[in-house]
Amino acid sequence: MTDQTTKASLPAQSPPVEAPPAQARARGNWFKSDGAEPLRRNLGLIGVLVVLVIIGAATRPELYGDATWVKNNTFTILQQASAIGVVTVGMTFVIIGGGIDLSVGAIIAVAGVWSTTLATQSYGTAGMIFTALVVGVVVGLINGVLISYGRLVPFIATLAMMVAARGVAAQISGKQTQVSANTTINSIASTRWLGIPVLVYILALVVAAGWVLLNRTTFGRRTVAVGGNPEAARLAGINVKFHTLLLYALSGLCCGIAAIMLTSQATSAQAAMANLYELDAIAAAIIGGTLLSGGRGTIIGALFGVLVFSTITNLFAINNLSTEAQNMVKGAIIVAAVLVQQFRYKSLTQLLGRSSS
Amino acid sequence: MTTPDPARPGRSADSPAPGSAGAAIPEQPAGDRPPPTERRASEGHSASADRPAARDEPAPAPEGRHAPEGQPAPEGQPAAGDRPATEDGHTPGEQPAPEGKPDRPNLGDVVLRLDGVVKTFPGVRALDGVQLEVRAGEVHCLLGQNGAGKSTLIKVLAGVHRADEGSITWLGQPFAPASPQAAMRAGIATIYQELDLVDDLSVAENAFLGHEESRAGFLRRRSTAYRTRQILARLGHDHISPRRLVRSLPAAGKQIVSMARALSHDARLIVMDEPSAVLAHDEVRNLFRIIRELTAQGIAVIYISHRLEEIRDIGDRVTVLKDGRTTAANLPARSTPTRELVSRMTGRTIEYVFPPRASTAATEPLLQVEGLTREGEFADASLSVRAGEIVGIAGLVGSGRSELLETIFGARRADRGTVTLNGKRITSIGGAVRAGMGMAPEERKSQALLLDEPIYRNMTLSSFAGYARGGFTDTGKERAAAAETAAALELRPRGDVNRPIRTLSGGNQQKVVVGRWLLGGTKLLLLDEPTRGVDVGARAELYQVIHDLAARGVGVLMVSSEVPEVLGLADRVLVMREGHLIHEAPASEIDEATVLDLVMAGSLMEGEPA
Repeated sequence: MTDQTTKASLPAQSPPVEAPPAQARARGNWFKSDGAEPLRRNLGLIGVLVVLVIIGAATRPELYGDATWVKNNTFTILQQASAIGVVTVGMTFVIIGGGIDLSVGAIIAVAGVWSTTLATQSYGTAGMIFTALVVGVVVGLINGVLISYGRLVPFIATLAMMVAARGVAAQISGKQTQVSANTTINSIASTRWLGIPVLVYILALVVAAGWVLLNRTTFGRRTVAVGGNPEAARLAGINVKFHTLLLYALSGLCCGIAAIMLTSQATSAQAAMANLYELDAIAAAIIGGTLLSGGRGTIIGALFGVLVFSTITNLFAINNLSTEAQNMVKGAIIVAAVLVQQFRYKSLTQLLGRSSS
Repeated sequence: MTTPDPARPGRSADSPAPGSAGAAIPEQPAGDRPPPTERRASEGHSASADRPAARDEPAPAPEGRHAPEGQPAPEGQPAAGDRPATEDGHTPGEQPAPEGKPDRPNLGDVVLRLDGVVKTFPGVRALDGVQLEVRAGEVHCLLGQNGAGKSTLIKVLAGVHRADEGSITWLGQPFAPASPQAAMRAGIATIYQELDLVDDLSVAENAFLGHEESRAGFLRRRSTAYRTRQILARLGHDHISPRRLVRSLPAAGKQIVSMARALSHDARLIVMDEPSAVLAHDEVRNLFRIIRELTAQGIAVIYISHRLEEIRDIGDRVTVLKDGRTTAANLPARSTPTRELVSRMTGRTIEYVFPPRASTAATEPLLQVEGLTREGEFADASLSVRAGEIVGIAGLVGSGRSELLETIFGARRADRGTVTLNGKRITSIGGAVRAGMGMAPEERKSQALLLDEPIYRNMTLSSFAGYARGGFTDTGKERAAAAETAAALELRPRGDVNRPIRTLSGGNQQKVVVGRWLLGGTKLLLLDEPTRGVDVGARAELYQVIHDLAARGVGVLMVSSEVPEVLGLADRVLVMREGHLIHEAPASEIDEATVLDLVMAGSLMEGEPA
């Protein structure tokens, strides 16, 4: 655009401003550079992860002594985190954009069930994947239209969708578990490339794409603007409604991907699949530093949030502990993470406020 | 006007009542109370003959004193000087009537006195020596331009803010309410412009909000309803059911509920902040009737309004504020000439430093607005702005100016009329921005900024897509462009465009918003109250920025409540009043008093006593 307009007659101050990465590099401190930003921001969660691993090693030293077991267990954790991780990426976008999507679990169920009907399976692997993705996107678009143009509150619109979509899934499947006869789909979960499960690649790919989308594209910039101050975004010429619509479609797309991953893992789909995924995804996004009121959040943080949860699940599994206790610990971790963030945010703003005055 | 008057016939009828006013009224239907109504009706011409002491006698004093207009009067002195004059007129009348309860001041007693009240906020001296004296049973009008300190003064009285210096005496006692509740308990109720009612509670629940009648934690609904009904009857509105939801009431009805709340606290002083702004014409009549009845019961009213005719109608005395100081106190509301009031409100002490202005060459209009209308907001607005021209719209809050600006920008849909920029029809924000229009909205924080984001991202909010390649943002280019603009705008602190914008001062935040449109290559900039919340020093810089923009060929359409700002900056001035553009003149051919007069009264003649 035309930035030279600014120059003309205004008294020119010596403008050259060094970009901060350069400054940081000059100081030779990698940790303070932009590149280390995700790491720095998520130090707390990384700490929690390390603590969890240490607890695991302390409680089951005989298992953690076995390097192969540790490797395989790590992949198990990642694999368990894969589908929910993909959903969380979409959820993070929606929350940063100032919304919420309670219907992700239900969308997965519809997409999973629809793509495993006998009719769909007859179109082969591509047909099934295509169906899951399209169903996800379409349901997301319906959410988006209701919210953007029907002016429903996101909570209400997606709550209604959560109920309705489960109904649709039950209707399609006739409440039966639909077994996938497609060997390609079924083998995704069991295949490893270079010793790493394919599901982990998919997660990594989605996370990477999400990170780039949020931090390096105009789409991501709009998302932050729309969530941070919708009125300011609108008055700056951003089409807030259309962008909101896209965010829910994106969340739906992630659900479609997750539906394939879960179908592959179970070699079947049913109306009750991905139960309570919405809560896990929201919790992961929140403990990853995403502000529930919008405008701020990180993909990497959300990923760490997911990893913390699946590590806890794994920890309880290897110690043969009940899921009840596991849920209590999860709840405690959500509260603790948000408290820590609030505290950190407050002290940060105080600090900034002081330096400005 | 209920200032006491020895000769007033209604007095003896009123006096026994005030102590038990609340209970007495229901049996005596409000409309039938003769003294206040009759008194009002006859006031038009015979007032001066009947009661020279109360209304007309003080007039010569201030007039003689302030005769040399525009000359900066010694602050604070007029207040002190005027007071004895009025007081002398009244004292004889007050003394022989001590029949009220001791805590119930008699009509005409001074209930509230402010002396040298000062309130500072970081960077602003909002109140800088306010004198004010309010008597029981009078309607005391507070007049002043936006930013004169009226709102701060109200908030000090309402217990929201605490005065830094000066004394406030309320019913003979020093008064420093620690909270709004404390002020309420002391008997000072405030009715704010934006009524602070809970829409989903009933009338009775709102009236007694915060001091609900209860027994052992259970609400006494019937007793509350009964008392509410009594109060509503006292206000002459017993047709409003106490059980009705406030949401279902029209604005006038809500105002009645606010007043009922004040009376439920047994308020002795009711502060009304522009109560007529939300009312239709006949509702204002009704409001005045209620105010008259309240004052007849000995309640004092501080009435704030920009409409001079209202002040003349309902007011007894006027105190004028300017730049946080009392510039004239206790002027008679009816007989003080408009010129006098206006000159008390203007006559600057704040320095406005406007850069000299080169005249613009006549070019084709850049922006053309024809017959733009939004029902209930503004009607039939037509204007044009040329490249390099600054056009200013002067008008009060609520005159429809912000709505007009937002509609021109496409942020609101016009009912009728057209907006064209460079021959392109504008109907949406997206279209406006693409055609080269930009806007700095009135509420900077809620409408323009991403407070958590760095300066450069706020600066490129409308143009980041232009720096992007294939959908990928180029933050390096953005930072460089933002840094360049920041330097050109002399943004402070210098140099770091990665700072969160929240850490900047108001003036510098505004520069970022202006810079945003510079980066976008804007041809026409709409500025809504560009210097609101901006301190004096930064103002001068913003003025310079606006001038430089115009010099570069950008057309500017600005709105401001501060008349000197419009006159100092603009080439051409439009005056807006109640949704209509009523006057247009080159800035060099119109003065502040004229504009202010147009803004408030609509014409120079109106409201001027014969």
